[in-house]
Formats: sequence, C-alpha cells, structure tokens
Amino acid sequence: MAGKRKTPVKTRNPDLIRGVGKYSRSKMYHKRGLWAIKAKHGGVFPRHDPKPKAPVAPEKAPKFYPAEDVKKPLLNKRKPKPTKLRASITPGTVLILLAGRFMGKRVVFLKQLTSGLLLVTGPFKINGVPLRRVNQSYVIATSTKVDISGVNVEKFDDKYFAKEVEKKKKGEGEFFEAEKEDKKTLPDEKKEDQKAVDGSLIKSIEGVADLKVYLAARFSLKSGMKPHELVF
Amino acid sequence: MPFKRYVEIGRVALVNYGKDYGKLVVIVDVVDQNRALVDAPDTVRSQMNFKRLTLTDIKIDINRVPKKKTLIDAMEKADVKNKWENSSWGRKLIVQKRRASLNDFDRFKLMLAKIKKAGIVRQELAKLKKETAA
Repeated sequence: MAGKRKTPVKTRNPDLIRGVGKYSRSKMYHKRGLWAIKAKHGGVFPRHDPKPKAPVAPEKAPKFYPAEDVKKPLLNKRKPKPTKLRASITPGTVLILLAGRFMGKRVVFLKQLTSGLLLVTGPFKINGVPLRRVNQSYVIATSTKVDISGVNVEKFDDKYFAKEVEKKKKGEGEFFEAEKEDKKTLPDEKKEDQKAVDGSLIKSIEGVADLKVYLAARFSLKSGMKPHELVF
Repeated sequence: MPFKRYVEIGRVALVNYGKDYGKLVVIVDVVDQNRALVDAPDTVRSQMNFKRLTLTDIKIDINRVPKKKTLIDAMEKADVKNKWENSSWGRKLIVQKRRASLNDFDRFKLMLAKIKKAGIVRQELAKLKKETAA
C-alpha cells in the first residue's frame, strides 16, 4: 500500500467506552484528511488495481493420501518462563542439599544458570562437593551468607556441565572383548576451574569463626527438631 | 492451699491464647464472671475471657479503667518490665524465644559450645575423682 508511515499512527479516535468512539464518521472523515487526498487526485479517492499475479502451476494430487481424514494436532505456541529464584537464595547463601549423593551437605550458592538450575560448590576442599548443578526444589536456603565477591563465575553455564557424547561403533567383536574403558578421569581443566573458584571462597570462609567446620558437617534432623518450626 | 494470685484491678496477666499470645496486659476492670477489661501500653483496651489470661505475681496500683497515660505511668512506677524480665518465668520465656529464633549456623555453634563445656566439666570431674581416690 502506498504512503506507509515509519511509525504506525495510534488511532485518532479515542474510545469513550469500549465500542464507542469520540468522533462521528463525518468528523473522522475530516480528521483523516480524506478530503485533502481526494482533492489532490481530482475528487476521486486513488485506487490501485491489484498487480497481475504470476500464473500458479496447478497442484498435482499426491501419490498417497490416507483413507480417512487425518486430524492435524493443534498448534502449541507455549514458551516456558524462566525459573523464578526464591528470594531467600542470593549469591553466597549457604544451602542444605536434600537429595542425591550429597544429601545433607551444606554448600555455597554461586549463581542461577539459564536452565533454572543453581550452580553450587562445596567448596571441594571443605566438604567434597564439586562445582555442581542443583535443582532449587531440593534445597533448603539458610540465612547464613558467605562473601562471594572475589569469585568469578562468568564462564560456567549449562554447556559446561553437558555429558560428553561417546561414539559407539557397531561390531560383533565389541561384545566379546572386555570393556576397555576404565573410570573416566576428570579433565585437568575442570580441576583448575574448581581450584580457581574455591581459592577466594575458602579465604572468606576462614574469616568467619566455625564456618569451615559448619560447612564440613552434614545436616540431619535430630530428635525433637520440628522442621516446620525451625528457622533456617 | 489458698489462692495467691487474685483477679483484681491492676493485676498483670500474660495472654496465653489468641492474636496477642505472649503479651503482658493489665486487668483494668471486670466485665462479668468470665471476662475482664484488659489494657497494655501497646494495645487497644479490649475485653478478654479469663481463660485467655494467666495471672502473674505482679500487681500495679491503678484506679478502675485509668487513662492510657496514667496506666503507662503506673507501670513505669511499679517497674513491671524489669520485674517481669528478672522473674524466673519471664527469663524462661526469653530463653524459649531466643532458642526458637536460632539460625541453622547458630544451632551448630551451640552444639560445639555444649560439647566443649561438657569436655571441660568432665576433665574437672576426673581431676576431683583422682584426688579423692588418692
């Protein structure tokens, strides 16, 4: 269409109530300047005939079509929202892991990754928990905070934690041969990353009395402790 | 065993049920057999059933239904706050509140302190035992 503006005009006819505009048809005719456009084109509103379309080749019937009509599934345009981080979890918070190999361990929270999982570290030297991803739902946030300002966690994201894909070769011999793979060792790069993150963390932890021992110990419910009454 | 704490005007009571649980209030008038008019420096004067009150040993000197300012002055004069906080009942409540508000880290530090104290006590006991045995 001719005469497109750079920014679309918001309507010149404000709503009094939904469905009822402020100005009548004749007033709007004047506001839109249709009289001026007509005057420019000699009393007739300019019309553009549709451009001649290129001839479309006739569609051939497909070789195969199902006997009964097949329903197309409805379109799903849903985009999942980014996981909301609990207000009690801020960088440097001590978290208690509730499930998995490190159940009960007290651990330092570093940052939330784009997948919604929390990046967490023991530190490794203190309680054996490496840089690890953890789901927010399996975690209790305590109100104890550690100073995390000296730590750089920019380089860690979900791709860093992706499993390495192994190439399998098809062959009969594979089944009879003994498993050549022994335990996969952690690449040195990851060990270096762990040391770098933990270095400044451990310094700030040692600055607080008893915090190192606290992080080394596991949490457990003792007799008489009521979780719904405990303040974490 | 006669009663020692009576419901009277000026009796300080502890609220043991409801929205104002744990607050100290003063009985300012008696409505009927079951209810009292009750007032405190930080609450609006209202009626309460006696069943919601536990009487304390503290009594202040006021007339029936005093003005708020008179009540506050009388409480200051009788030093209700300090008397309460130094009484064994009051001290127990304070300790309970402190224990309930402990952090996970605080509880851990408390555990370490208890173990340390027990160790010291046991050492002293062993010393004393050795002395009496010898």
